[in-house]
Amino acid sequence: MKAISIVALGEVDEESLSAVETGLWQSFGFDVRRTGLRSEPSDAYDAQRGQYSSVLILRDLVGYVSQEDVRLVGVTEKDLFIPMLSFVFGQAQLNGVAAVISLARLRQEFYGLPPNQPVLVSRSVKEAVHEVGHTFGLTHCTDATCPMSLSNNVRQVDMKGEDLCRNCSIILEENTKHIRARIQAGTEVRK
Amino acid sequence: MVVDDEEVMRESLAAWLREDGYCVDTAVSGIEAIASARKQEYAIYFIDLKMPGGIDGIETMMEIRKTHPEASIIIVTAYATVDTAITAMKEGAQEYIVKPCNPEEISLLVGRIIKVKNLQRENTILRKKLTRQYSFHDIISKSPKMMDIFELVKDIASLRSTVLIQGESGTGKELIARAIHYSGERASKPFIGVSCAALAETLLESELFGHEKGSFTGATSQRRGKFEMADGGTIFLDEIGDISTKLQMDLLRVLQERKFYRVGGMEEIEVDVRVIAATNNNLEQAVRDGKFRDDLFYRLNVINIHIPPLRERREDIPLLAHHFVERISHELGKEVSGISEGGLKVLMNQNWPGNVRELENVIERAIVTCKARILTEEDFAFLTNNGNHSHEKKNWSVPTNMTLEEAENRIIAATLQRTHGNIKEAASILDIDRSTLYDKIKKYKLPRE
Repeated sequence: MKAISIVALGEVDEESLSAVETGLWQSFGFDVRRTGLRSEPSDAYDAQRGQYSSVLILRDLVGYVSQEDVRLVGVTEKDLFIPMLSFVFGQAQLNGVAAVISLARLRQEFYGLPPNQPVLVSRSVKEAVHEVGHTFGLTHCTDATCPMSLSNNVRQVDMKGEDLCRNCSIILEENTKHIRARIQAGTEVRK
Repeated sequence: MVVDDEEVMRESLAAWLREDGYCVDTAVSGIEAIASARKQEYAIYFIDLKMPGGIDGIETMMEIRKTHPEASIIIVTAYATVDTAITAMKEGAQEYIVKPCNPEEISLLVGRIIKVKNLQRENTILRKKLTRQYSFHDIISKSPKMMDIFELVKDIASLRSTVLIQGESGTGKELIARAIHYSGERASKPFIGVSCAALAETLLESELFGHEKGSFTGATSQRRGKFEMADGGTIFLDEIGDISTKLQMDLLRVLQERKFYRVGGMEEIEVDVRVIAATNNNLEQAVRDGKFRDDLFYRLNVINIHIPPLRERREDIPLLAHHFVERISHELGKEVSGISEGGLKVLMNQNWPGNVRELENVIERAIVTCKARILTEEDFAFLTNNGNHSHEKKNWSVPTNMTLEEAENRIIAATLQRTHGNIKEAASILDIDRSTLYDKIKKYKLPRE
C-alpha cells in the first residue's frame, strides 16, 4: 500500500508520533503508516555542537525509501542543525522524498519551562506538516497562520494552525495530482 | 548565490533558501562564482570568507563588484575577527555574519535586502516609465504647454517651412530644433547647428556660406559653409537675433531664393535646406527698434514656437531633477539615487533664470559635493546661501516719496547687484529684453556691478 511513512529515530514521544500520523493524513490525504524504529546515523552527531546534522540524517533516510513510500518522514528527539544555522526544527528535500523533524526544541523543557504535552503534540504536527509540505513542492507561505510559514522560534510555531491555508492547499493539489493518479492506476508514485 | 567550498555548508544553506522560495545557484569556489556572476545577475551573494586553493571571500566580492556594483554581498565566516569584519565592510559587504547563526537572523536579513531591492527596482521602473512617458526626443516634460509644443513639432516635422523658436536661455531650443529635424523626412540628412553669437561677423559669414581660396587673409583653401553641409537637411541658426545687418540681408536672400555665394565666390550655389532659427531676444521688439529686418523676421517666423521658461512649468522640475540625478550620477560614477523631499522643495522654490541648463548644473554640483546617496536640502544650500534665486518673493517695501523714474532706477540697480552684473539674467528677472535694459543702464548711468 502506498503511503507516507513515518519512522521514529530512536525513542520518540508516542503521543506526538500518533498525532503526526493523523495530522499528515488530514493535511495531505494520503495513507500514513508507521514503520519500524531506527536510530540516527552515528556520523550525523557533531560532538562540538552537541547536535545532529539534519543533512546527514536526510541522506540516511533517502537510502531507506521504498517503492511503497509516497514520502518518508523521520521523527527524532535529538536537536538538529545545518552548518549555517544554530538549529533547525526540521529539514526536507524540496520536491524530494524525505523529511526529518526534531521534537527537541518543540518541548517547553528546552526553554526552562514546565513540560506541556498538548503544546508538544500540536507543535509536532505543525512541523511535520511543514516539512512534508516541502517534499510536495510547497515553499514558505507568507500567511503566519499556515503551517507552511517559516518558523524561526516556537512562538512562531504556536501562531501557526495545523491546516494548510487555501493557497497552499491549491498548490498542493496541483503538485500531487500526478501522484494520486498513479496511486489510483496502481503504479509506482515516487519522483 | 551561495559560495562555499564545503558541500554540506553550501547545499544545506541553498536548500534552506530554496524552501523560502528563492532561486539559488551555488559555487564551490570564488573563481566559479565570478564566472557565474559574469553570465548572470544575482540579487544576493552568500560568500564564505575562507576558501582554500584560490581567492578568498573578500577578493571574490571585489571581483563581483566590478561587474555588479549593486549586488548585495554577505560575507559568511566561522572565524570572526574585528579586522576581517572591518575589511569586509570597507570593501563593500552588505553584511558580515558568523556561522552558525540564528535562523531568524538570516531570514530577516534576506527579507530586508529583498524588500529594499524590490523597492529600488520598482523605483527604477517607475522613473524610467515616467521618463519614457514624458520624454520626447530627449526632452523631458509633463507640462501641458510642452505637450502642445511636442504635438506641433510632430505636425511640422515634415514641412519645409522655416521655424523660429523663441525662449529664454537654457530652455531647450536646440533640443526642439533637433526634435523637429529627427521627427521628419530629413532625419537621415544632416542637422547642422551654428551659434550666430559665438563668431565675429566676418567669420560667421564664412562659417555659413563658405569661402573661396584667397578670399581673405587666412583663406588658404576653398571651404564649404554650413548651408552647403546642411544640403538636404536642416540648419539650426542659434541666437539669430545677434547677427549683423549685412548677414541679415544675406540670410534673407538664402531664405527667399535658396541660393547664395561663398565669400569671394562667383558661382551661385543652390541648396535645399530647412532653416530653424532660435533666439532668446524679443525679435519683435528688435524689429520695432530697427535692429532686425522685418522682412527677415517674417521669413523666419513662418512657424513660431515659444518655449516657456522653467518657472512657468514647475511641474517639470522634479521630473527633470530626477532624470539629471540618474544620468549624472551614472556619468560621475557616484552612487546617488534620488532627492529628498526637502531637497525637492528647495529646487521647486528657485526661479531658474538659467532654466533647464541651470537646473542640470545645480544637480551636477550637488552630486559632486554630496556625501550621501540622497541629495538633501543641505546639498542645495549653495542656492539659498546666494540668496538670489528664491521664488518666494521677499517683502519689498515700496517707497512712496520718489518719482517713477527714481523707483525704476533703484529696482534696476538692485537687480544688477543681485545678478552680479549679468545682463541676461537681470533682463530675465525684470522681464524686459536686453536691449531695453542696456538703454536703461545708459539712461541711469548705472554701474554693471
